[in-house]
Amino acid sequence: MKYSPFETVKDSVETAPRVADSVKQTTCFMCACRCGIDVYLKNGKVRYIEGNADHPINKGVLCAKGAAGIMQHYSPARLQKPLLRVGERGAGQFREIEWDEALAIATEWLGAVRRSDPRRLAFFTGRDQSQSLTGWWADRFGTPNYASHGGLCSVNMAAAGLYTIGGSFWEFGEPDWDHTRYLMLFGVAEDHDSNPIKIGLGRLKTRGDAKVVSVNPIQTGYSAIADEWIGIRPGTDGLFVLALIHELLKADRIDWDYLGRYTNAGWLVIQDRGGAEDGLFARDADGNPQCWDAERNVPVGALDAGARAAVVGTFVLPDGRSATPAFALMAARYLDRQYDPGAVAGTVGVPAATIRRVAAELADVAFNQTVELDVAWTDWAGRRHDRMVGRPIAMHAMRGISAHSNGFHTCRAIHLLQMLLGSIDVPGGFRYKPPYPKPVPPGPAPTGCDGSPDIPLGGMPLGMPRGPEDLLVEPDGSASRIDKAYSWEHPIAAHGMMHMVIHNAWAGDPYDIDVLMMYMSNMGWNSAMNVPGTLKYLTDKDAETGAYRIPRIIYSDAYYSEMVPYADLVLPDTTYLERWDCISLLDRPISSADGPADSIRQPVCRPDRDVRPFQDVLLDLGARLGLPGMTDAAGGPAYPGGYTDYIVNHQRCPGIGPLAGWRGEDGQSHGTGAPNPGQLDSYVRNGCFWSHELPPDQRYFKHANRGYLKYAKAMGWIPAERPTVLQIYSEVLQKFRQAARGHGPVQPPDEHRARIETYFDPLPIWYQPLEEAAIDNAAFPLHAVTQRPMHMYHSWGSQNAWLRQITSHNRLFVHPDTAAALGIGDDDWVWVSSHHGRVKGQVRLMRGVVPNTVWTWNAIGKRKGAWRLADDAPESTRGFLLNHIISELLPARDGGPRHANADPVTGQAAWYDLRVAIARCGADEAGETAPRFAPLPAPPGRPFATPAVLRYGGDLKGHGAAHGGGEHMEWLGNRHELAARIGGVPDGHGNRCAERRGTERKP
Amino acid sequence: MTDLPASPPRRQLGLVIDLDICVGCHACAVTCKEWNSGGHSAPLTDHDPYGAHPTGVWFNRVHAFEVGDGDGDSRTVHFPRSCLHCQDAPCVTVCPTGASYKREEDGIVLVNADTCIGCKLCSWACPYGAREYDQDAGVMKKCTLCVDRIYNDTLPPTSRVPACVSTCPVGARHFGDLGDPDSDVSRLVAARDGFALMPEQDCKPVNRYLPPRPRRAVAEAPALAAPADPEEDGGVLARWVDRILSR
Repeated sequence: MKYSPFETVKDSVETAPRVADSVKQTTCFMCACRCGIDVYLKNGKVRYIEGNADHPINKGVLCAKGAAGIMQHYSPARLQKPLLRVGERGAGQFREIEWDEALAIATEWLGAVRRSDPRRLAFFTGRDQSQSLTGWWADRFGTPNYASHGGLCSVNMAAAGLYTIGGSFWEFGEPDWDHTRYLMLFGVAEDHDSNPIKIGLGRLKTRGDAKVVSVNPIQTGYSAIADEWIGIRPGTDGLFVLALIHELLKADRIDWDYLGRYTNAGWLVIQDRGGAEDGLFARDADGNPQCWDAERNVPVGALDAGARAAVVGTFVLPDGRSATPAFALMAARYLDRQYDPGAVAGTVGVPAATIRRVAAELADVAFNQTVELDVAWTDWAGRRHDRMVGRPIAMHAMRGISAHSNGFHTCRAIHLLQMLLGSIDVPGGFRYKPPYPKPVPPGPAPTGCDGSPDIPLGGMPLGMPRGPEDLLVEPDGSASRIDKAYSWEHPIAAHGMMHMVIHNAWAGDPYDIDVLMMYMSNMGWNSAMNVPGTLKYLTDKDAETGAYRIPRIIYSDAYYSEMVPYADLVLPDTTYLERWDCISLLDRPISSADGPADSIRQPVCRPDRDVRPFQDVLLDLGARLGLPGMTDAAGGPAYPGGYTDYIVNHQRCPGIGPLAGWRGEDGQSHGTGAPNPGQLDSYVRNGCFWSHELPPDQRYFKHANRGYLKYAKAMGWIPAERPTVLQIYSEVLQKFRQAARGHGPVQPPDEHRARIETYFDPLPIWYQPLEEAAIDNAAFPLHAVTQRPMHMYHSWGSQNAWLRQITSHNRLFVHPDTAAALGIGDDDWVWVSSHHGRVKGQVRLMRGVVPNTVWTWNAIGKRKGAWRLADDAPESTRGFLLNHIISELLPARDGGPRHANADPVTGQAAWYDLRVAIARCGADEAGETAPRFAPLPAPPGRPFATPAVLRYGGDLKGHGAAHGGGEHMEWLGNRHELAARIGGVPDGHGNRCAERRGTERKP
Repeated sequence: MTDLPASPPRRQLGLVIDLDICVGCHACAVTCKEWNSGGHSAPLTDHDPYGAHPTGVWFNRVHAFEVGDGDGDSRTVHFPRSCLHCQDAPCVTVCPTGASYKREEDGIVLVNADTCIGCKLCSWACPYGAREYDQDAGVMKKCTLCVDRIYNDTLPPTSRVPACVSTCPVGARHFGDLGDPDSDVSRLVAARDGFALMPEQDCKPVNRYLPPRPRRAVAEAPALAAPADPEEDGGVLARWVDRILSR
């Protein structure tokens, strides 16, 4: 066709092209948020991925990561076939092998371990979303040396929450977005609940009647839209919170009714210095905690509905010992002037007046702006309440609190503040997500073993110790696990300590292992502390035998990550669009506060290479190894259909399996019921998720709500219909402390007594982060922290062709005043030095960071050659990791042993404790990052091409009517909130309206 | 030179973007890229996607920058930028071939790839930098306001809006007829003092931005009262001697 420049050619726009051959629903896996997605498929390829409008997590929205899923699915870094190492470890020299050979090798290696001492297998997974399977597999194999990546990430939040309130931030709870009037966000890296947080913040801000306060050293992301940014010094949030508590106690602005009804404020604590039960709760003969009945002047059961408990005073128990209510101990602690805002202001870097004002605002909102819902409910004792009354203050915290060595106690302090304000699971407060709350103290205990061959553990390797007797230690008090979780070094290491495994396996401390098996965890790079050291541990050989110190490494990953070259055997995994999965209530639920939910992934694309889902492989290996539960009576596989067979038919206990929906032979039961062969079909028909909406009278006060407790018991989530009593004072912690003081059958070795005594305080404490306390702070005057950009948060995606166009290298963000004092300007290259090492990066000046802190985006830097990026990709030339300069061990002190760089209570990796100095580099050093590591060769075989020009979608353009019959429909984000405030705007969601004005079109 | 529609389009479809709640997550930008990679202007070519200088065609980009001096009212602003579908679109009038045009029926500004000669005059003329040249295809591309979605009856009704709008997690993006003063988006713009970007350029952009609202303070919160004798901790506790907790 020829066009004349003198004519206007009418464009033909096809407004209703046929976009897809089919649309399939599944669950996103671009991060840990687990949104529902609609995948549009055309010509056998993925045309488009859209949020599932009916899904309880994302309600139709999808983030940048989810939208970039196409590029992840077609990444040229995908592995294609099992690999067997042929060169030196780390050199990246492999030969491709068939699955039969790969599985035979793995079976041989693992079988030998199991027949000798199953502990010599360490099985650690990364951001695995199948931990109820992988943990069970470790149990069946018989090794306690199992964990996922929670020890790096969020165990402080989980443990502090579960031991205090029976739930936690993020996965086990969320703010009441619709009713809160005051939202406090603590710390960087708060984006774990990516889309729900954004959805909630959008609604809350659009409502316009709530204040958002961000307590954070950095003003990015959600801090950028907060009403107030409180720039706090990293690692001091706990002290800030305790000062708020000091102010509220001093002014007597606390919720006495809430404390009495729902917490252990009135429980009597034995005061018997030197006695075996000092600091424990006074209990009757049946073990029931006691309070002091202030009217009858006798001890009575603290759980009795009619108890009338004194809050202060010292009382004499029938056995002659003294006891004091937990409240009095707590109040005396925090009323001390060391917690006065004026006393803490210098340490936290927040003016005393600001702390006092925030305390006053909290009190004002809690007690003068009460939210009342016109919903009648019945409490645990059968008492009817005609309304739900709430203190509308909600708090949220995540890794910015978690990844400090004082994070456990800081998180407990935040929960204590919420208890004093009466804002837990009330309208406007922090809300539990079912199946939480669970009883406090939690359980079950972790399971260990004595290394006997060929027998299972008999329980899950990870658990929640309720006292010293639940630790996994040898008779001499030394650690039983390879990572030293649940030892006296880190007793409540409830998620294990993945960050210590490679070091300890290399050091043979506490013992040698034979096989290290890992899944989806980039421990050769951004998931490791001390990357240079870790690479040494992975490749180091015994000087005498020449054998690797870690003899065998099996690794499963879908991509050519930095870890792959360090494996001896590589088992290639699928992408998330090629697999079945279940996101189970037994594991890490996707529930919301309004009800439980679980979900599945179904394959929407067929793999175009010789890869297998790791969960299928794991069950196959289990059958080959003859593991109990994975083999049937005849010795064949118990789940011949692989992972889907397991998802449908496995029962953890009778009636309870991986999925809660559509159970029972008729598929009509939810929660418990016999396996249903049609269960997965039901999930697929429902958009790949199951959810249950709680009736309004069960949505709050879940810890003490009779209707909810009855439901939770029926669902198998709690052992009895008993309320969860929130723990201001933690007896579990005191039990460890008493052991350190010489009481009980299980006591710490002498070198650990002082640590346990200090850190197992039954009330929240604040202490200087351990690295800071151990080094010369004049030499390393700055804090250094990291976070992930929202478009890559919790994502594997920084090699993603689209996302890397947004961020392909990272800068060190420095406050202009700090930089000026050091003679550093914008764009300068600097050395960032810690006590452990130094790394080079480029500076970007930024006002939204406190002057005592520098920060950068994490996990942008890549190793040259990894992920199929070009050798001159900015990820490897200008991207840098602070991991290189974070030690997994604390500096040696007084000649004593070097402890893990971790929270002493939970073992949480303390990578936000980092202290650094920065200095401009010489002109000859600028332009490239350091340290540099030897480039990795391309993976073997014929790796996917990395085109110079990517024209994705050019062949997917749809064709169809020039004029679609669809009418454009108006879309308002947060329509419901806007409709309440703007006249003439109909209520609804997006472009779905309850009622349309006048004669206008109906959607 | 190309003419604008002789009479202004009855409908002025466009976006309203709320800068008060945008958190800069890039969901809109990537979702736009994803939809349009196989959409009206497919593909949205990427150059050097795994190399040193990955650059591609994006119809929507989010810029983040700091404003203020850092002492009190400084803030980071996240600013999504795409075509504003101007009423007096200079990218149209400057086009020598008629390829750049404004639709009479809804005001959407489009490029006819068949007649675009890739001269880039339009990108020079656009004061908003909203045009994206695909050097591989040799034509100019730009936001289509998802013209292949909004009328598309092969899609579910909830999907018949621009991809950037329905995906926005915070709900900061709105879509509708800004030529109709009674439309939902027009009411929203009126209620929130929505503004046109760079009005001095006289392009009459259709899209509107909602400004960040003043920071909300709880200024009226009364200061906490101190107890009678704050120096004596025992005294403070003594206040509660007669306090009784009920279960």
